[in-house]
Amino acid sequence: MTDVQVRTTTTLEVGGMGHSVKRKEDPRFIRGKGEYIDDLNLPGQLWMDIVRSPYAHAKILGIDASEALKIPGVLAVVTGADLEKAGLHWMPTLAGDKQMVLPTHTVMYQAQEVAAVVATDRYIAADGVAAVLVDYEPLPVIVDPKKALEPGAQVLRPDRGPEKANNHIWHWESGDRAAAEAALAKADVRVAEDIYIPRIHVASIETCGCIADWDAVNGHLTLHMTSQAPHAIRTVLALVSGLPEHKIRVKTHDIGGGFGGKVPVYPGYVLAVVASLTTGKPVKWIEDRSENLQADSFARDYHIHAELGATKEGRITSLKVKTIADHGYTDAAADPSKFPAGLFNVITGSYDFPDAFVEVDGVYTNKPPGGVAYRCSFRVTEAVHAIERMVDILAHEIGKDPAQLRMENFIQPEQFPYKTPTGWEYDSGNYPVALRKAMDMIGYEDLRREQAEKRARGELMGIGISSFTEIVGAGPSHTFDILGIKMFDSCEIRVHPTGKVMARIGVQTQGQGHETTFAQIIAEELGFPVADIAIEYGDTDTAPYGLGTYASRSTPVAGAATAIAARKIRDKARLLAAHLLEANPDDLEWGSGAFSVKGSPDKKKTIQEIAFAAYTNHPQGMEAGLEAVDYYDPPNLTFPFGSYICVVDIDRGTGQVKVRRFVAVDDCGNIINPMIVDGQIHGGLTMGFAPALYEEIAYDELGNNLNGTFMDYLLPTAVETPAWETGKTITPSPHHPIGAKGVGESATVGAPPAIANAVVDALWHLGVRNIDIPMTPQKVWRILNEKGVAL
Amino acid sequence: MSTIHVSVTVNGERREADVEPRLLLVHLLRDTFGLTGTHIGCDSSNCGACTVHVDGMSAKSCTMLAVQVDGREVRTIEGMADGAALHPLQQAFWDQHGLQCGFCTPGMIMQAAWLLEQNAAPSEGEIREGIAGNLCRCTGYVNIVKAIQQAADTLRAVDAPAEPATAG
Repeated sequence: MTDVQVRTTTTLEVGGMGHSVKRKEDPRFIRGKGEYIDDLNLPGQLWMDIVRSPYAHAKILGIDASEALKIPGVLAVVTGADLEKAGLHWMPTLAGDKQMVLPTHTVMYQAQEVAAVVATDRYIAADGVAAVLVDYEPLPVIVDPKKALEPGAQVLRPDRGPEKANNHIWHWESGDRAAAEAALAKADVRVAEDIYIPRIHVASIETCGCIADWDAVNGHLTLHMTSQAPHAIRTVLALVSGLPEHKIRVKTHDIGGGFGGKVPVYPGYVLAVVASLTTGKPVKWIEDRSENLQADSFARDYHIHAELGATKEGRITSLKVKTIADHGYTDAAADPSKFPAGLFNVITGSYDFPDAFVEVDGVYTNKPPGGVAYRCSFRVTEAVHAIERMVDILAHEIGKDPAQLRMENFIQPEQFPYKTPTGWEYDSGNYPVALRKAMDMIGYEDLRREQAEKRARGELMGIGISSFTEIVGAGPSHTFDILGIKMFDSCEIRVHPTGKVMARIGVQTQGQGHETTFAQIIAEELGFPVADIAIEYGDTDTAPYGLGTYASRSTPVAGAATAIAARKIRDKARLLAAHLLEANPDDLEWGSGAFSVKGSPDKKKTIQEIAFAAYTNHPQGMEAGLEAVDYYDPPNLTFPFGSYICVVDIDRGTGQVKVRRFVAVDDCGNIINPMIVDGQIHGGLTMGFAPALYEEIAYDELGNNLNGTFMDYLLPTAVETPAWETGKTITPSPHHPIGAKGVGESATVGAPPAIANAVVDALWHLGVRNIDIPMTPQKVWRILNEKGVAL
Repeated sequence: MSTIHVSVTVNGERREADVEPRLLLVHLLRDTFGLTGTHIGCDSSNCGACTVHVDGMSAKSCTMLAVQVDGREVRTIEGMADGAALHPLQQAFWDQHGLQCGFCTPGMIMQAAWLLEQNAAPSEGEIREGIAGNLCRCTGYVNIVKAIQQAADTLRAVDAPAEPATAG
């Protein structure tokens, strides 16, 4: 590992920023004492299981539940017709579209929910599902979004009314079309490519589930669930159900991985609520893996056409991108409302050029809804893949080294804050240093020499680079909201009299380590040891309102709120210290967890002494207590970045791509916990490696999901996964209170094009310009065979 | 549905239950005995979150029936620590940041324990092969490998005969 020194200002015992503090949440997990949703059981609890459609598109002619209801222990079978009576058969999506809870007439994708069975036991509920008879009349299926847009194509969503008698959802564009086209027309060199980024699934090892617990006596609903955004869920539930929001409590418990897949409201959650309201008992619903892979929200599915213009020397001048986004039968993306294609217009990447235009059209097909995350919700991965592939194609086209071409086109450090042609203002960056560091770590020039020697011998070796710019920390309230709720986030800190701290945050960990890192922020700001700080989240009755954890927003938004709330406490602590020391507040200075009189370091009061005084000896006229809350509205997004270099060897006999080495240099601004940052990068890299080589949710022409189990949807194991080599640079965010930028999704965003570029680099001399991911052995072997080099 | 009596030793303690013949071992452990540290991730033996030991052998409890453990010994994650003292693998996963969401961790630790019983000094490659039946979505395996290496070192030091103390 090659690392810059991470700055610390506290002792290891205090454990403020920059210390690799061991995680506070781990003792329960390593003992098997975590509490995930399926570990929880409530007295009198019933079970719910779901009847799902075998067809991707079909009319429901009838549902016969009589045999199911004869099974002892099966209590109810809920259908769309039942929900329709209560007006609950449709629900809004986070994107403002609408989604069936249960269908009344037509199923729109394979594995769609058709009915819910409520029973006394998990196994009996499954028996009930098997006994429900549904009569379907199959309808023609559209799986290809390009066909969905053809004139005369079957209209999949007639509910939108006669004025929208097509499958087009929305058009979104960014940048200046005329300028981009004019610059392209004048360019010495133009490269164009079709790039498909397939549908993938987050496949967290824990699936989704909930227990809905309706208390009829008090008119109170508790929903224990796997959610990355519990407050948003509470508000949506209140709006949909009509229950008053103070009578709804959403509680999350431990979450076994989220990655974006636990942001949406799935029909199963709503059905469990309906079942609990109906039976008056707690009702548990836990997805199985196939339900999870077949019906939960997907990610990606972007059909991109990109054109890049440049001078003959390789200076980029213009980019134009046209994209079709397959959203399935409804737009259930979890993007901010003004951004139906997320932050896809960050597609100009790390490069300085004047003209760009990007347009995206959302389309309906007979596939599950979504457009949410796979460790990146806002379409940054798609954008980075496109620009990094195009830059590499340009470099190969004009015969320039891809590293050199990048260096010559980078936005330079002195250009920040940098305004992009699509309107973003990058906060800070130093791209040349990151790439040079990655090149040094991997020994780039030596590898190029090795590659030339191997190529002469007929061996296929490739080197791929990705120099990505991320965009995270949504977001400023003037621009960012979801269903109208602004994307601020929050922290409330209470200091107890004995100097112990309870802090509650509006974001929701799913493994990121918030119990540790948020305590470190408070330790840094106030000097309390991490061991004395408890972090709570995931209970909407107690945590302050926040939009939750996804899109790498926890540290950029709630982390900032935490620092600001702590500073509010420090401001009051100064007044208390002045009272205790009989000094003027302006004469005090802060350091090492204490206020002391300037010039008289012995005259001091520690934060613990001050905390006690806040309850026992506060001055007249001052409120007792020591607590603060902050709702942080970020002034801008943050822009982490990095440079990755990947070396691959391709087996000419099998088409298998072996990632020999992978060096990742990341810059996420100031670092709270280097150990956790490295862990986030390792995991992110693996979730970039996976779709590059293995993972895809594919469909046949009838809309059958071909990857509905872990036998067909290939998560990388420890054997395939490379031994990641990581390094850092640190370029603080100038506008963030602690200079941090966020790191969770950077590596997932940055890794896939490095691998794709390496594979194409190995094959370019054979006339290969592009291979769409996943670059499976079959796909690569066919290309080798076509080019006459397969063994 | 008729039931079958099962008598099994779980983490050293005798447990009895009357179970449906179709009940999965993982559900016996989790729902009947309340040992929820063993998790379910895939239903198809791919992910290994449900890994336990049956008569000392690593086994995926989502694809074993409860009746198959009648008269046998089962060890789960809850049986790894000795009171407050963590098993060296538990300590190593904590020390090396070998877990994030924690959901795969119990299965990963049980598999690693079995691996180290077979091979006290595995190479990195042997560790990676040894946990190939356990999927982790968070860590990228780097720190899991390090944790298993640390635990292997600790366990070998415990097993090795104490070196004579030397003065100075």
